[in-house]
Amino acid sequence: MELVSPAGNLPALRAAVAAGADAIYLGFRDQTNARAFPGLNFEGDELRMGLEHAHRHGRRVFLALNTYPDARRLPEWLAAVDRAAELGFDAIIAAEAAVLDHAARHHPRLPRHLSVQGSATSAPALRYAWERFGISRAVLPRVLSLQQVERLCAAAPVPIEVFGFGSLCIMVEGRCQLSSYVTGASPNRHGVCSPARFVEWREHDDGERSVRLNGVLVDRFAQDEPAGYPTVCKGRYQVLGEVFHALEEPTSLNTLALLPKLAAAGVVAIKIEGRQRGVAYVDAVVRTWREAIDRHRADPAGWAARPAWQAALAAQSEGRQTTLGPYHRAWH
Amino acid sequence: MTGMAISLGPLQYFWPRARTLAFYREVAGWPVDVVCLGETVCGKRRELRTAEWIDLAGELAAAGKEVVLAGLALIEAESEVATLARLVGDDRFLVEANDLTAVQLCRERGRGFVAGPALNVYNHKALALLQEDGLRRWVPGVELGLALIEEIRGRHLAAGRRMPPLEVVGHGRLPLAWSARCFTARALDLAKDQCGFRCIEHPDGLPLATREGKPFLRINGVQVQGEEITDLGPELPALRRLGVGLFRVQPRHEGTAEVVAHYARCLSGQAAPVAIGARNGYWHGEQGMVAAGP
Repeated sequence: MELVSPAGNLPALRAAVAAGADAIYLGFRDQTNARAFPGLNFEGDELRMGLEHAHRHGRRVFLALNTYPDARRLPEWLAAVDRAAELGFDAIIAAEAAVLDHAARHHPRLPRHLSVQGSATSAPALRYAWERFGISRAVLPRVLSLQQVERLCAAAPVPIEVFGFGSLCIMVEGRCQLSSYVTGASPNRHGVCSPARFVEWREHDDGERSVRLNGVLVDRFAQDEPAGYPTVCKGRYQVLGEVFHALEEPTSLNTLALLPKLAAAGVVAIKIEGRQRGVAYVDAVVRTWREAIDRHRADPAGWAARPAWQAALAAQSEGRQTTLGPYHRAWH
Repeated sequence: MTGMAISLGPLQYFWPRARTLAFYREVAGWPVDVVCLGETVCGKRRELRTAEWIDLAGELAAAGKEVVLAGLALIEAESEVATLARLVGDDRFLVEANDLTAVQLCRERGRGFVAGPALNVYNHKALALLQEDGLRRWVPGVELGLALIEEIRGRHLAAGRRMPPLEVVGHGRLPLAWSARCFTARALDLAKDQCGFRCIEHPDGLPLATREGKPFLRINGVQVQGEEITDLGPELPALRRLGVGLFRVQPRHEGTAEVVAHYARCLSGQAAPVAIGARNGYWHGEQGMVAAGP
């Protein structure tokens, strides 16, 4: 099983290589990828140095090219595919039909992975991407249970990659309009969810802090209460007279305990979320998963998730909490 | 495109069987040309079985309606693929594809389909690819407004392709997201597997407000909708210029007949298209909801 690490900049990429990632995924510094945050992602020399560094250490580099270009901006996305081929990326991770079609026609030897943003959750959907665009791998949205992942691995025409750790999107990726409903900027079109320029924190006289997204009150926090990033899905709201995290708590996905089952299902790669996170995160999370995967490979029967691994991952989680998320039926 | 007609979108909420059947008996007499039928939100909602939805489709077709069958937007289980395959397998009716699963099943059977709003089509090339797959009509996703659709249309025509018939989500709450999690069950502190089908108690979904009490979203099982009843009525002249052939109304618990009657009067020129709902920001290239004041 391959370990796929995020990198938002060159130090993070170096950390991922040092910590034992098999592959690193990154994006260009524009809206062609779903983490189009200011100061993040790769351009110019940094890009060439990153690719060179990873390749010198025998690691592969994937380009996240997973947003949905509108008609006017499509040429920019297609040019990004051409650049990926020229620069020597080992695969692109894409979701949009025109982008995948262009890559398949013009760069047939550049492997194409179907991004999580492609929202493929069934065998026919995967067949579509395989027959139409010749994808060689698909990343599953974080909505399926373990049993569903197992069945899909058996029925899918291509190898499957799943998310192992990181911030948890609870909605079907590629089809969530919550951010654009509030701000006009969407993960699909602009590569951002709840962009920082729409976030407004305010401290009140009683020490309470409130946070708004383009004017919409997403949450309020007591003086010492930990506060996460205000995406719409992780706010507290009133439903039936009660205030609670009506959609999702700020928590991270952690499937480490499921590693043997994912391996048995035939999952070929575990993806770590978090291109927006720093070196310390990449180092800790990749190192932990590397050790867990290696131990499992060496001794599948004797494998158990070690408390030290779980502690190391919990320390990197949102709100220091982790969940098996949709892999576990009771989460639903 | 000469005229514009009204279509009725799929019933997104969960109503008791008798209520659903009574609703569609009324629909048979409404001034709507097209009716999209079926369970699009949750596979556990089975007041009507698939065969009964198909029977209902037959009745509405006999009443002169063009019927389109729609399946789930989020497919998780093999049983749900099988249900979709039954819809695709009935050659009497077009299927609305709201997921690549449905597109592929139609492709495999060599059948045409309506591309529903949950299918991601953001540019002319993606539209052309789906036309090769069998797209017969296109309902743009909720994020796509006038300028984006015009851009797609212009480039599509410039490339020498034919624009498919267009249908827009004209009136109702906009579906914004789907999840494996059931938010209704969560709000009622129930496990999804033992939800008791409680959506049935909320025939217009569950209102969600911010902590300062401002209405914001609407929970509908595994789906999240915007709270506002959006209304593209005032845009009818622009819709006509764009060549929109169908104006979709999303069914609600009450007042759907009046809403349909209003648009019928507007389309026939008997009434001015005054606003009867909220401004749809997406249509104007802005955020979907009406801006919230601080």
